[in-house]
Amino acid sequence: MNLRDLTALQLAQKLQKREVGVVEVTADLLGAIKGAKNLNIAVTVCEKEALAQAEQVQKRLDAGEIHSPLAGVPMAVKDNICTRDINTTCGSKMLENFKPPYNATVMNKLCEADTILCAKMNMDEFAMGSTTETSYFGQVKNPWNTNHVPGGSSGGSAATVAARAAYFTLGSDTGGSIRQPASFCGVTGIKPTYGRVSRYGLIAYASSLDQIGPIARTAEDAAAVLDIISGYDRADSTSLNQPAGGFLAALKGDIKGLKVGIPREYFAQGLDEEVKASVLAAAKQLESMGAQVEEFSLPMTKYAIPTYYIIASAEASSNLSRYDGIKYGYRHEKPEDLIDLYLKSRSEGFGREVKRRIMLGAFALSSGYYDAYYKKALQAKALIKKAFDDAFEKYDIILSPTAPTAALKLGESLDDPLKMYLGDIYTVSVNLAGLPALVAPCGFTQSGLPIGVQLIGKPLEEAALLNTAHAYQQATDFHKKAPLSVEVMK
Amino acid sequence: MNYEVVIGLEVHVELATASKIFCGCTTAFGGAPNTHCCPVCTGMPGTLPVLNRKVVEFTIAAGLATDCNITRNCKFDRKNYFYPDLPKAYQVSQLYFPICRDGDVEIETDGVKKKVHIHEIHMEEDAGKLIHDPWEDTTLVDYNRCGVPLIEIVSDPDMRSANEVMAYLQALKARLEYLGVSDCKMQEGSMRADINLSVRPMGATELGTRTEMKNMNSFKAIGRAIEFEAKRQIELLEDSKKVTQQTRRWDDNKGVSMAMRSKENAQDYRYFPEPDLTPIYISQEWIDEILAAQPEMPKAKRARYISELGLPEYDTDIITGSKHLADLFEKTTVLTGQPKEVSNWIMGEMMKLLNENEKQPEDIDFSPENFAKLIQLVEKGTINRNTAKKVFAEVFLQNINPEQYVKDKGLQMISDEGAVRSTIEKVLADNPQSVSDFQAGKQKAFGFLVGQAMKELRGKADPAMINALIKELLQ
Repeated sequence: MNLRDLTALQLAQKLQKREVGVVEVTADLLGAIKGAKNLNIAVTVCEKEALAQAEQVQKRLDAGEIHSPLAGVPMAVKDNICTRDINTTCGSKMLENFKPPYNATVMNKLCEADTILCAKMNMDEFAMGSTTETSYFGQVKNPWNTNHVPGGSSGGSAATVAARAAYFTLGSDTGGSIRQPASFCGVTGIKPTYGRVSRYGLIAYASSLDQIGPIARTAEDAAAVLDIISGYDRADSTSLNQPAGGFLAALKGDIKGLKVGIPREYFAQGLDEEVKASVLAAAKQLESMGAQVEEFSLPMTKYAIPTYYIIASAEASSNLSRYDGIKYGYRHEKPEDLIDLYLKSRSEGFGREVKRRIMLGAFALSSGYYDAYYKKALQAKALIKKAFDDAFEKYDIILSPTAPTAALKLGESLDDPLKMYLGDIYTVSVNLAGLPALVAPCGFTQSGLPIGVQLIGKPLEEAALLNTAHAYQQATDFHKKAPLSVEVMK
Repeated sequence: MNYEVVIGLEVHVELATASKIFCGCTTAFGGAPNTHCCPVCTGMPGTLPVLNRKVVEFTIAAGLATDCNITRNCKFDRKNYFYPDLPKAYQVSQLYFPICRDGDVEIETDGVKKKVHIHEIHMEEDAGKLIHDPWEDTTLVDYNRCGVPLIEIVSDPDMRSANEVMAYLQALKARLEYLGVSDCKMQEGSMRADINLSVRPMGATELGTRTEMKNMNSFKAIGRAIEFEAKRQIELLEDSKKVTQQTRRWDDNKGVSMAMRSKENAQDYRYFPEPDLTPIYISQEWIDEILAAQPEMPKAKRARYISELGLPEYDTDIITGSKHLADLFEKTTVLTGQPKEVSNWIMGEMMKLLNENEKQPEDIDFSPENFAKLIQLVEKGTINRNTAKKVFAEVFLQNINPEQYVKDKGLQMISDEGAVRSTIEKVLADNPQSVSDFQAGKQKAFGFLVGQAMKELRGKADPAMINALIKELLQ
């Protein structure tokens, strides 16, 4: 059996039993990341640090000092998560050489859990994009078909798991950036409840929507990672002071009596027939396992995209103002004066999509427009949240497609931003309502591209989502399939 | 035509918390550049603010002391603008739900009392400082001050003269000092006032076009800036010209203000709710706790000084007008048990020395213990009042121990009557003309002889004793 076919939990078991060594699997994974060069998944490979850490962890394993469920497992994180003394670029020329002098809270937690950081994964610039084509470091390709995008913005993180180049990764999700690439790459990803995972050290795109989450091969692995990274953090005022963890332990695999709602509006015009069929088949599968599945109407759906793009862009325009060429990051070298320094540093340091959203957001916040756009969007956000609250009076889980189609071809949406924005229709509401949502593989198109089903849960009920996905994965094997490119590489 | 000057103030006060508003860095003034900062207050990517609870408490205390309503659910907003001293390119401040609203501060000028209405008090973070290096022709940034907590106290346009502005600022300063929420030092910038000023024909009800003036760093400068701006605007109107709405910068060396930017070039700050901080809920219990912990405020002190200590009203107003004076007065009174005597020294000699040395009450750095010792030396008759004034000056300037000082310099009064008598005998012998003048009925000569004797005794004798002895010896 190939090591890379193991799940993170299976590998951890083998490491605990000393059947394989931490350094061995780490070196193997580093090889896989470097071997997947054609996919362009990594911005930075931290080989030296990873091997040193692996040696340390092995020693402590040998001494019987550690028993954390994922001890010794190599992983990788999206390049907008700050890693001390390791480049954190956000996929931007602006931060090409930025080495944070601090770790994100999730990095400290992953380190305390003795997992091994191997690489920083490619992403859409500042997490703005749905294809990972806006990265300054080049587009990421989908391991299932390199003519297609891996989705975005956590395209690098999702493609890496699909390509068996990491046992799990972290992504971030502001409007679908974990879920949509998980769907496009045939892996399992979860966006936790807003506030579940500390945002300290996550380079902000839209502060009120951003959330870090795991991308893994199975719901079980995702639960184990979420156990590690979730929980209250004093350094993040928006993190929830609620009991967290215990997700892995809560996986029962039984979903009898689970009430599943299917929002009619998510299956209307614009949804690809193959995607629709696979997602509805997943609902049928849950039904056959004892769930009660029912269609219902979810109002406000059509307002989700404008609401999201106003709020996210507005916050982004402010969050990204700090990249001004003064303190860190890219600086134009020969400015005429201060204004020129700002203009040229930002014009040259940011890519097109980032600049587009900064302009959009600055406009939405300008005096005279604030009430018509930003304030209205906040009101719509509250109504969208209310529509979900009402639905959750009746249902435990809402089941839907993740994106209208399977992975698009490279370049297809790059010159048509509106088309790209509309592709976020099924994911953005979840962020606006602050809800947890999970995506798991549920089928393939005829051309062999993965399709993912989205499960949306009540606030703080990640366990219900993980348990449902786990039960589903016990009964199906879509999540076990590996892309042909991986088969070839072996 | 007669004009009325209309003034409103925006007063920024640095709070005296130990750490900054959103991180654990020290707020200490000074320090080598960029040593009092961290990734949070320098706005590094991915960092997040955590609100300092003390900032909220101090602001509530300030609000309660100015009769404000406390906003039970208040929030922070972002004020967006680019400047190198603002590392995040936005200032976390409060626009939509400021923590305190609708307050009043009573002032008195020339015996007339009136209320200045406080529109709001809000919390915000301070920015860093730019240092221009003329030799290298470069500009450097010091982020030490970034994130130091500020409150901005916004008044309505209720003031009509520089005197009223002074009275208002003194009243604010006294309250904030009493509460211990700020040291209110204008020179160090821990208290700064921006002046919104307009003029209108006397009797008019509509407000004229206003200007905003910045960069005054003393009470004196504020007074000068108001006089200048009122005069400038009145002259414009007299010339049938219009006042332009603009921000002006005061140059205290030149005694003039210059336009910085006009309304047309005003920045659009694109305010919106700060998503990195959750709303602050302020419970009644919290407010009650803060109220209970408040020290005695000027009004209560004034009443107590007059009724219990029997101080004159005028002295009371001056002393309670500054926490530093009130503290000095109370501590020294406890040590000496002589409130009137302490008050007389403060009102007389100390005020004179403050003026001569161009100092403010907050600059006083001598100890109540030394002050008390001085008063006791006078009481015991160890030194006379003239000597005491000289010794007090030393206490004031160098905080000397008066007992030691008097001993070292040999300033004790000569209590030995025999020694005084023999000195006087010598003076009388040396000045026969004066003696005969006196005996011829010239009172002036007596004064001269007393003066000569005091001079010989180097001021160390009791004047009453000298008087008596001269009279005795001449009769």
